[in-house]
Amino acid sequence: MLCQNCGKNEATTHIKQIINGDMAESHLCSDCASHLGYSDVFSGFGLNLSELFGGFLGDMMPSISAGKTQRCEKCGSSFDEIVHSGRVGCADCYRTFYDKLLPSIQRIHGKIKHSGKVSTAAPAEPKIETTEEKIEKLKTAMNDAVAKQDFESAAKIRDEIKALEGGEAK
Amino acid sequence: MNKWYFEKGDQGDVVISTRIRLARNLDDFPFPAKLDIGGKNKVNSLIKSILFENDRKDFSYIEMKDLSRLQAVSLAERHLISPEFASKKDGSALVLSSDDSVSIMLCEEDHIRLQVMKSGLALEEAYDIADKLDSMIDGKVKYAFDERIGYLTQCPTNLGTAMRASVMLHLPALTRCGQMTRLSNTVSKLGLTIRGANGEGSQPRGDMYQISNQITLGITEETAIANLKSIVLQLVAQERAAAAEMVKNPAEEDKIFRALGVLKNARLLSTDEFMELISVVRLGAARGLIDTPLEKINELIVNMQPATISAGNSEASSPAARDAARATAVREALA
Repeated sequence: MLCQNCGKNEATTHIKQIINGDMAESHLCSDCASHLGYSDVFSGFGLNLSELFGGFLGDMMPSISAGKTQRCEKCGSSFDEIVHSGRVGCADCYRTFYDKLLPSIQRIHGKIKHSGKVSTAAPAEPKIETTEEKIEKLKTAMNDAVAKQDFESAAKIRDEIKALEGGEAK
Repeated sequence: MNKWYFEKGDQGDVVISTRIRLARNLDDFPFPAKLDIGGKNKVNSLIKSILFENDRKDFSYIEMKDLSRLQAVSLAERHLISPEFASKKDGSALVLSSDDSVSIMLCEEDHIRLQVMKSGLALEEAYDIADKLDSMIDGKVKYAFDERIGYLTQCPTNLGTAMRASVMLHLPALTRCGQMTRLSNTVSKLGLTIRGANGEGSQPRGDMYQISNQITLGITEETAIANLKSIVLQLVAQERAAAAEMVKNPAEEDKIFRALGVLKNARLLSTDEFMELISVVRLGAARGLIDTPLEKINELIVNMQPATISAGNSEASSPAARDAARATAVREALA
């Protein structure tokens, strides 16, 4: 088969593209292919994942551009730009646009809670206090309140301690 | 040093190779698409300094801009880098181990794409190596990580573990039986994906397929690997059963020996023809009809890709010269 563009050389690059549901085939020689931007043997085929994801986000978030545009303080990306490119700008974008991104993340993965390896960059696990430790803390607070003659607060704390001790007894 | 891909690993009659890829980013820098060349070079030299801290002799550092196009595409043909990465220039770099089993792409889609490859089915072993290297880097930098959604990546499809585990399979019999569409539908329901071995959107060449996990958030590395492994083992069993049935047919047996005959005698071999024939020959070798070692066939499949031939032979730059060089090399290898 001869190249569809120049009609001179043998077509060696065969491209199938699906545009709006219609399949288009082109057969080009390597010179024309590189002229027309298909020089990379690997690109030009199939779908671009970023665009696909952008479409994904766009579907979810119709016209959000009303009002002042919120931007990531670190890299300057707006949510619109992320939707458009399908690429998140930096780690802070995830923090800035967390709530807006979450529905799409859920649609991609089905879940929104990480499980698996944890980086050392993660904040240390919040320490879960035992009841005894809580009571100990409250007792200190109660004594402080008494020392300040704040008997109202002290009484409240005493009730809390009682409740905790009661719970423990059960 | 022997390259990993010239060996035959576990389940080697059907499984060509295993790959684990971890995506990581540094918290202090915008992701690569938002990072200028200067920023990328900073990221690259930071990671380089960590990886080469103990004067590692088994790693080499390659700037993508220093590679010719053929050399870069040849790396992609060997699956050491992604096809997209092959066209990167300034600001992208590659760290490669001497046996090619570890390749770390710097400033690809993410700051770090750490990849470990093994021959045959070796998911746990490959993950173990990747995990240790990752932890070593993690101790020295601040990764972009969020305790709710895991490792933060430029594309949200990789959030969570940011781990992609994939296995390359040779499935000639299942392809011939027309089972691949059905299998790929089934597999996609299990959170996995099968595609042609040359990456996204590629046509399966030589009946080579890549199966990998799709979901990365909310599933641990261990579970994702265990799921993938169990499906791979089932595919291997199905391929073996289909192949055993197939080679009983004299017409199929004839095809295998004819393919071998052509490969041993052809004077010109295009990539497509070579891949088609070597796939049939590999099926015969995997089922014991032909005594050519699978290692040799695997090696040919890697070495006979177009850019790899041209990169190693300056006379084989035009397609015609390349087809002649390929035919010569194949004849010699199978003689």
